[in-house]
This record gives sequence, C-alpha cells and structure tokens, in this order.
Amino acid sequence: MSIALVIATREFKSLFLSPLAWTILAVLQGILGYLFLNQVETFTLIQTKLAGMEDAPGLTDIVVTPVFSNAGIILLLVTPLLTMRLICEERRNKTLSLLLSAPISNSDIIIGKYLGTLLFLLLIVMLIAFMPLSLLMGGELDTGKFFANLLGLCLLVAGFNAVGLFMSTIAGHPTVAAIGSIGILLLLWILDWTNNIKDQRSELFEYLSILRHFQTIQSGQINSMDLCYFVLFIATFLLLSIRCLANERFQK
Amino acid sequence: MASLIEVDGLSRYYGQYCAVNNISFTLDKGQVIGLLGPNGAGKTTTLQMLSGNLAPSSGLIKINDFNLLTSPLKAKRSLGYLPDTPSLYKDLSVYEFLYYCAQLQSITSQAINPIITKTLERCGLEAVSKRLIANLSKGFQQRVGIAQAILHNPEVIILDEPTSSLDPIQIKEIRTLIKELGEAHGIILSTHILTEVQETCTHVQIINKGHIILNESILDLNQTMRQGGVQVITRLPVDIAVLSVLPDITRIEQIAHNHLKIHYSMTGNPIHQITETIIAKGWGLEEITPIKKSMEDIFLALTQVES
Repeated sequence: MSIALVIATREFKSLFLSPLAWTILAVLQGILGYLFLNQVETFTLIQTKLAGMEDAPGLTDIVVTPVFSNAGIILLLVTPLLTMRLICEERRNKTLSLLLSAPISNSDIIIGKYLGTLLFLLLIVMLIAFMPLSLLMGGELDTGKFFANLLGLCLLVAGFNAVGLFMSTIAGHPTVAAIGSIGILLLLWILDWTNNIKDQRSELFEYLSILRHFQTIQSGQINSMDLCYFVLFIATFLLLSIRCLANERFQK
Repeated sequence: MASLIEVDGLSRYYGQYCAVNNISFTLDKGQVIGLLGPNGAGKTTTLQMLSGNLAPSSGLIKINDFNLLTSPLKAKRSLGYLPDTPSLYKDLSVYEFLYYCAQLQSITSQAINPIITKTLERCGLEAVSKRLIANLSKGFQQRVGIAQAILHNPEVIILDEPTSSLDPIQIKEIRTLIKELGEAHGIILSTHILTEVQETCTHVQIINKGHIILNESILDLNQTMRQGGVQVITRLPVDIAVLSVLPDITRIEQIAHNHLKIHYSMTGNPIHQITETIIAKGWGLEEITPIKKSMEDIFLALTQVES
C-alpha cells in the first residue's frame, strides 16, 4: 500500500511539472468565479421578493447548489484531460516497464495513479468550496446543505477519475482516452433525460444515471443507496483497470 | 545452490507468429550471458519475459528460486531491468528519478541517499545528477537507465542492448562496469555487437528465429576459434593416415571420400605441407579453402544455416 502512495505522490507532483495542471486550475477558478458572482448578483436582486415569500429558498439554495452543479459539468469535461495520460502516456513513452518490472502489484500501480489525480481533483473541489465559504463574511450558510454539496462533488469527481483512469488503461493514445471518457461520462450524465417523458420511465436508467445520484446528495438527502452507487461505480472501474493492466503482459 | 535464473521450455507467440520457441537455460552467480542474434531473433522478447513485462505463452521462469508467474513480487525483488528503450521520466532530474526508483524498490528512506550516491558514481553520473533527464544526451540517458537497473543491487541484472548509442569511451566504461557487476551478480545482456560478448561475457548464447542455436562458455568458444582449418577437395580418395601424421594437425574430418576438413592449431601453419603431400601422392588437388573462425563466422554460420 505504501508503494501506491509513492506512485500517488509522484503522480501528483508531476502534474505540476506541466502547464496543464496550472492551466486547469486557472481556467476553472476563472469560470466558476464568474458563475459564482453571477449567482450572488441574482440573489441580491431577488432578495427583497424572497423576504416576502413563505418557505423561500435561502442563500445556499440560490448560490451554492447552482455553483456546485456547474462545477460538476465542467469537471466532467476537465477530468478526462487530467486522467488521459495516466497509463496511456507511460505505455507510449515505454516507462510502464519500469513499474512492471519493479516488485509492485498491478493494484498498487492503479490505486497509486488513481489517488494521485484524486488528490489534485480534491484540491480543485477545495478551491471551489472557498467561494461559497466567502459568503460567511456577510451572510449565513446552511452548513448541512453546503457539506452535502461538497460531499456530492467529491464523490462525483472520484467517479469521473475512475472512468478516466480506466479509459487511459485501455486506450492507445491519450486523446482517444480523453474522448472515450468524456463520452462515457456524458452518456451517464444524460441517461435519465428520457425520464422527463412520463411514459418512458426506466428504473434501470434512473439508477445508472450519475446525475440523479449527485442531485439527490446535493439536495441534502444523503442516502446509503447513493453512496453505494458511487462506491460501486469507483470500485468497478478500478477493478476493470487493474484487469486491463494485467492483460498488458498478454499483448499479442 | 539454485540458479539465479532458470528458464524451462519458454515460448512466446504473437498471434500465429512464434517469436521465442521452447528455449531453456540457466544463469548462475558470477555468469554474464551474452544473448546474440540478428534482428527479430527474439532477444528482446526473451528479456521482456524474464523481466515480467510480457507473459510467456508457455514455459517456466524462476528467478532466485521464485516462480515469476506465480509469485511475481518475490521474483521481481531480485531483478534489475534495462529495457531496449530505457524507461525514463524525462521531466525529472536524474536524482529525482533514481529516488523514485529506489522508493519503488521499497528501499528505506535512510538508505536511499547513500545508495544513489554510490550508483551515480558507478555510472559516472555525478556531474549531471541535478539536470533534467530530457536535456541529457542519449548516452547519458542510457547510463541513467543502467543506473536504474543496478540501483537496488539486484541479484539478477537484465540489460537489453546496454551499450547502444554510447561513445567508444563510454562503451569501454560500461563494459568494465558490467564485468565488475558480473562477479557478484548474474547478468544477462543482449547485443548484436560480437566483440562486446567476447569482452564482457562469460557465456554466449546465439539465438535465431526463437531458437537457441549455440550455448557455450566464452572459453570453449575461444578454444574453437583458436583452431584454424582448411577444406580440401581432391580428385582421388585420400589416405587420412598419411595426412594426420603431419605436424600441428589436430583433427581431420572426412565429409566425403574426396572431401576433407583438416583442423590444425593456430600455432603452426601446415597448409604448405598439406598441399605438398597431396600433390606428391598424386591425389589431384582440386580445391583448398581456408576455414576462418572468428566470432562473426560462427555467428553467420549458425544463423544462416537456419535460414
């Protein structure tokens, strides 16, 4: 397990050796900062109306939830760019044999790579979380809901990361890995859009849809079903990645 | 004592193509095996299988008495591997890279620094230890690759073309290093430079089309090479007894009744006497060709018979 941490640390550090990580951090902060200010502006505009309403949505509902939802969508597009190189690039640069001939197991390699990028993604989530927290200077937040949103986004990026890692393990080229994982994630995101049409409801699609579970957690309901979904989701893709990496040695 | 590497009936297929076909050999401590062969002979495939990068289609690999397929982690613990393209993280400095490698080998953090210092010195990398690997010349990158392979002092060192892209001085240094390492470890290296095998190895294996076609110690090979020979074709049958009493002749092979291979030791040169005797006896000398035996000849002879 300690070897997995060694790989994770290396992966995390090497992210900052390329401009990619810095660019992603800057762009995300820029866009989400704009969206956040937008929501704050909306809130100040409708504040007076809200005051007259009974059971009105609070600051958290109007600012925090939309910002985290948008962050989810943007990270859906960004995570594959971070994960595409993980195994794929090592294979192309022939550095994978360093890991394969060292006394470490395939699961150590995969978990190490996974934790390395996960750490970076959590850093992004933390930076996003600072924006709503800044509201505490002049207002009050529903901390329960805020932490539910935070948990939801963390689970979401952990899931994205697992899919991205898996695609990087099977793809021969980083771009293919990125497009593949964006495809899978987008499909899982929009899977329950058909449910808007009432007579076409599908229980299966509803369960598979990553968006539905994220939204449930966002709304403050933390069910074991949603948590299990994310745990199973991550575990499945990690196991598939380990299997794929083991297959590497059987190439024909 | 068990062998460091024990390979038995190892084969590897790429689809229908058979890259390595049923090879078996052992490597003991103190041996340096040179794996020679033309392009596409299966050298790299063999080494990839030994290093656990490639799964064999069939056969058994034991490293330091651990089966590489059933207990890979224990087997790999005593393994250092330099692939044909060195696996280097180009965005790291030499020191950072070796530090990472040491961590991957589970070397304790107190022990890492002295080990790296020693390896840098051994491979002549002290001066460049702070530079990025990407900015180093190919020769230095190759040395970093070798440093990575010997860093954790493994019992078995596998080097795939260790001296490729090095300059003559560096080649000499690396050969000395390999010899020095060979005394306490078991080394298997692949190359297509024949003199390299003669200079650094204790054993030579020639591999062609996936088969090992020669497996001999360098001493035996040198013995064979020291002997000269001629091939003689005559019109009439030759009385071997007459020729074999001539000085310096070690052995006469009769291929046909009028076709002989005469081997003699390099110290003398009895060709003159051979031809004179044959002419004097009136056997009708039709052809006399010297049999040259350099490493190249052995290599070419062995690899071309197959094709």
